[in-house]
Amino acid sequence: MLQTIPADPQSAELPPPKPILQLVGIRKSFGTFTAVEGIDLDVREGEFLTIVGPSGSGKTTLLRMLAGMDTPSEGNITLHGQLINDVPPNKRPTCLVFQSLALFPHKSVGENIAFPLKVKGVDAAARKARALELMRVVRLPESYFDKNVMKCSGGERQRVALARALAYDPEVLFFDEPLSAIDYKLKKTLEKELKDLHRETGKTFIYITHSLEEAMVMSDRIGVMRAGRIVQIGTPEEIYGAPVDRFVCEFVGEVNTLKVQRRPDGTWEGVDVPGTFTLAPPRDGAVLDEAFVVVRPEFMRILGPGESADNRLEGVVYNEYSLGSRIQYQVRVGAKVMLVELSRGRALPASADRRVTLGWDAADAFTLES
Amino acid sequence: MADLAIASPSEAAAESAAQLRRGRMLSVGARCALPVAILLGIGFLAPLVAIFGYAFATPRSFDVFASFTLANFATLFDTSNTVWLSFFWSCGLALLTVAILAVVAYPIAYGLNLVFGRWSALISVLFVFPLFVSENVRLYGWVLFFIKSGVLDGTLKWLGLPGGPEVLYTPGITLFGMVYTYLPFMLFPMTLGLALVPRDLVDAARDLGAGRLFIWREIELPLAMPGILIGMLLTFVLAIGATAEAKILGGQSIIVISHDIEIAFTYSQNWPLGSALAVVVTFFIGALTLFALSKLDLDRMLGRR
Repeated sequence: MLQTIPADPQSAELPPPKPILQLVGIRKSFGTFTAVEGIDLDVREGEFLTIVGPSGSGKTTLLRMLAGMDTPSEGNITLHGQLINDVPPNKRPTCLVFQSLALFPHKSVGENIAFPLKVKGVDAAARKARALELMRVVRLPESYFDKNVMKCSGGERQRVALARALAYDPEVLFFDEPLSAIDYKLKKTLEKELKDLHRETGKTFIYITHSLEEAMVMSDRIGVMRAGRIVQIGTPEEIYGAPVDRFVCEFVGEVNTLKVQRRPDGTWEGVDVPGTFTLAPPRDGAVLDEAFVVVRPEFMRILGPGESADNRLEGVVYNEYSLGSRIQYQVRVGAKVMLVELSRGRALPASADRRVTLGWDAADAFTLES
Repeated sequence: MADLAIASPSEAAAESAAQLRRGRMLSVGARCALPVAILLGIGFLAPLVAIFGYAFATPRSFDVFASFTLANFATLFDTSNTVWLSFFWSCGLALLTVAILAVVAYPIAYGLNLVFGRWSALISVLFVFPLFVSENVRLYGWVLFFIKSGVLDGTLKWLGLPGGPEVLYTPGITLFGMVYTYLPFMLFPMTLGLALVPRDLVDAARDLGAGRLFIWREIELPLAMPGILIGMLLTFVLAIGATAEAKILGGQSIIVISHDIEIAFTYSQNWPLGSALAVVVTFFIGALTLFALSKLDLDRMLGRR
């Protein structure tokens, strides 16, 4: 895993960094609606933590509480061990980059970036010098200093918002889906830049998004939120490789799910497709009578003659999509549709029989509680 | 197309095609709006043209469009003429009205946007409600309130107190009347202006360390400025033409410019002089408004450009 403290050759031997932000039993309700119910979370100093979840999962509410724009209904938020529940945002050493970016439309790029410095009473010359320095950090040309911020492109505005947040010199930076309205290519560039910036500044970043792809690229740790709770938190590898439940599993990407039940003799029988299946042991050694077998499309194979796999299914290819470097096949197995992703080099020839045998190994699938 | 009947068939066909083409140049909407536009054009322009004509007519005559003289303007620009005093009263009172209204309306506008919540609609209606009653009637209501042995004075005396202050028929009460009358015209543009300030900008400024006063000065006020300036312009233009407040509440303790115009048209039956005065005042206010609007770049203020 990536080290969270930059430029420190010995960091590998150090104990895990101590928490900078601690959340204990955080709940937030608006009237009868509970947006966040019971979150315990330790944010490590200098880490890039991403909270990911579908819309309405409470992630923005959580972030607003961390930034001080909302107060938790219950629970404690501590920063460096000090309770900050009721500390207003302007008194917190934290800064939020808004989804809308919230740039001041009546101010120039330079004035926007220098705003936190103006608040602190820094004189005009020093403000300008620092703003120009930050513009270099976020890769904005110096000539943009006097440019109307509303005339900037989406990516440029992104950089202005980032520079403005850095000008505040916060210990923790929050991001509320700032890349959601940006086109794909630019988004990829900005993701990498943000990751670099995190390494260069050594600050703690807490990022909120509904896109797990974004989270995977940038984060040291990812927390998956659902209905006001964090269902799993871990490194991107842990989230991808060992999802705790079907929700996390499906959130990570398209999956094939098969419902199975245990026969008296201990073998597993398919419920919606006939057959006997070999399962990997479920997480935490739980004993189940019914389970879901989850196979990612990239672990599903199309078996050629003589090839073997732990599990097999007969089906008919009825659709294929190009995903660029990969091809996705939709295979009808009984009443179910299974997804198979193959790299272009291994694609089925156009003349090939549409009747195929799917196969996967038990070790490549997850067994989850139904 | 009635005149087509007199043309030969081939000419008629060519002409009707041409008319059709011309007709197509006007959109359906424009053609539908034409009757109203013509009616408004005549209704709006005719009095203005008449006034303009009268301004150059022989003084104390009705020789409109038949005579041309600048005598009326000469009379007005004579330094001994009292219209200048009236003009300064009008301008001064209008400026004071705008200043007081800006201070009074801002907190209400802020409240309507951010504090009163679901009561905002009801409170807005309460501010609009007086507009349903004639201005003169409302002003006479205030006279009854402030007059000797009126509502205020009578109640205080009945309570055994030394009675109300004698404020009626002073320039001060005129100003009060103007502030009262024009409050909605300042309040609603201002409320709209404040509504245009995105709340996340205020949140962001606060998050970047700014205190309330700093946010107000740097973010809220500049972004609400278009609404505030429109309110100011509107109330100034209305207040400079106000006459009922000075007549009814002020009891003619001061004469405002529009009262002078009225006197010229009524008591003195000097329509040319009144018209000349009206023309001068109209041009003054018009120029002032255009100047203000040219300075007031709404697009830039809202950051659209």
